[in-house]
Amino acid sequence: MKVLASTALAALMAAGPAGPALADIKIGSTLAMTGPASFLGDPEAKTLEMLVEEVNAAGGINGEMIELIQYDDGADPNKARTFAVRLIEDDEVVAIIGGSTTGTTLALMPEVDAAGIPFISLAGSISIIDPVEPYTFKTPHTDRMACQKVFEDMQKRGISKIGMISGTGGFGASMRKQCLEVASDYGIDVIADESYGPKDADMTPQLTNIKATDGIEAVLNPGFGQGPAIVTRNYSQLGIDLPLYQSHGVASQGFIDLAGNEAAEGVRLPGTALLVADILPADDPQTEIVRAYKTAFEQKYEMPVSTFGGYAHDAFRILVAAIEKAGSSDPEAIRDAIEETSGLVGTTGTYTFSADDHLGLDLSAFKMLEINNGGWTLVD
Amino acid sequence: MPELMQFLLSGLTVGAVYALVALGFTIIYNASDVVNFAQGEFVMLGGMITVFAYGAGAPLPLAAAVAILTTVFVGVALNKLAIEPARGAPVVSLIIITIGASILIRGVTQIVFDKQIHRFPAFTGDAPIPFFGATLLPQSLWVVGGALTVFVGLYLFFTKTLTGKAVLATANNRLAAQLVGINTGWVMTLSFGLSAAIGALAGVLVTPITLTSYDVGIGLALKGFAAAMLGGMGNPKGALVGGLLLGVIEAMTAGYLSSQYKDAAAFVVILAVLFAMPQGLFGAKSTERV
Repeated sequence: MKVLASTALAALMAAGPAGPALADIKIGSTLAMTGPASFLGDPEAKTLEMLVEEVNAAGGINGEMIELIQYDDGADPNKARTFAVRLIEDDEVVAIIGGSTTGTTLALMPEVDAAGIPFISLAGSISIIDPVEPYTFKTPHTDRMACQKVFEDMQKRGISKIGMISGTGGFGASMRKQCLEVASDYGIDVIADESYGPKDADMTPQLTNIKATDGIEAVLNPGFGQGPAIVTRNYSQLGIDLPLYQSHGVASQGFIDLAGNEAAEGVRLPGTALLVADILPADDPQTEIVRAYKTAFEQKYEMPVSTFGGYAHDAFRILVAAIEKAGSSDPEAIRDAIEETSGLVGTTGTYTFSADDHLGLDLSAFKMLEINNGGWTLVD
Repeated sequence: MPELMQFLLSGLTVGAVYALVALGFTIIYNASDVVNFAQGEFVMLGGMITVFAYGAGAPLPLAAAVAILTTVFVGVALNKLAIEPARGAPVVSLIIITIGASILIRGVTQIVFDKQIHRFPAFTGDAPIPFFGATLLPQSLWVVGGALTVFVGLYLFFTKTLTGKAVLATANNRLAAQLVGINTGWVMTLSFGLSAAIGALAGVLVTPITLTSYDVGIGLALKGFAAAMLGGMGNPKGALVGGLLLGVIEAMTAGYLSSQYKDAAAFVVILAVLFAMPQGLFGAKSTERV
């Protein structure tokens, strides 16, 4: 199939006059703009629209305008795959940004691979880039990196025995697994391991058990949605006097509002620069870019900027830089240029791709944040 | 020992939430044998409308009143627009209509409001109340109190008032009820309105604890329904006891066994009870005359 497709492609390119370097540069996207993952897809789609307008208003890439073709897959892997095929075969795009969720991303990867179209995913799972597939890249950091960031901070505070309370939803379960795998690298012993359902209203029994475990020094709560806010409130209700760590899944002002200033006081979590755009030191390499994106997005859409939109922002910047550098809109040349991306500063971190690293972020992409008086402070 | 107390308090808090939702099922069920799957949406509306009215500057009691009245309106509209036109349809069709209505309400809510998670402050602060070595949030007392009040109200309504008896009569035999002069159309409207009011009240009381968003209804309705089945569908006492029991079982399993098996343990108990007593703990023995 792959051979057939690439032969067809080669034949097509030999037959065409100057290849695809004619009119506009067509970029495709399939995102979960509606449905259960719309909190991801909605800001992502809006971000892409805004950035395309921006680039076109400034004269396009090397003088060529970008045409963005967006589809809404509603987080359905089948639809994502269909749309990927349509983007590749009917719309003849030169690159695809998309896959708001790990499920949709994994479903469309075989298609881009067979067609040889560069693809930048906006989904979290490590399985997207490990093992490395030649045409697939991604911008969000992985759960594993969040665990490592948290454990690094615990190590600095001299904490070695912790309890975990994880949501049983996809995000919490996956992060719990990643954390358990890397804990020993940081000399951390997980001596209590509790869980709760995504819709549970009270976690005091689990926290009571953690509290009663001998020698516990801190608690980590991988989870998403309302669970972590309830855990934080119950934590303060029970008067547990140990450091509480949350995950990057709840890194937003909404979390502080739900948990309440008092209960959230002192909670630490790994977050991106975008979240703390206003308090980043002026000499931080990301300061300029996150502030520019935040201002533009919030002005245009009158809603707070989110980390997820930031993933789309970074994917688009990487792609534009690669097309500029390649000097053509040939998918193969774009792919090679993306892989050569080095030191590109985005809202999520600084990207340096290589042949065996298609994520290109390191732990410095996360900032360790602490909640103080209902706002964020940088820990280091 | 403080652990046991904490598990128990947690169970009662969560159980009172389930009980409040379960109580909402009883009236419509008693009036028409229909299990109203949009009941969870009434709870959600109660919470969401209060959040937005409160956010718009209304004091909490007023916001709650607005939420309850709006939800009553939605409940009555549901009856007038969807249930009444399908009057001759079998109960199963009516139940499916309520499922459709719940999807509609959920969809409209996420457009009218948003998809975020919200809460509003607890009525009487967040300072934990120490209780035999364990702690309890003041809002839990409001929820437990609310569940008890609604229970007593419903109990008196069904056993002591003529209207309540008319509701029961309508469920028993609609034609016979009409023959003795009961306005059955009005009884249906009343029961949807009351159910919506109870649902919305539940939403107002539990939101500071459970938080709310456009999609909390399904989960709450499912647990509330399970509680109602456990206690005996249609019996307010069953709803109350079933809810509290379910909450306590969950908390004890999470505390002593494993939090992984919390939901499973609760449903195993429900299955076991229903095997032995198909009508639930307090359900009336049904005798069908032919």
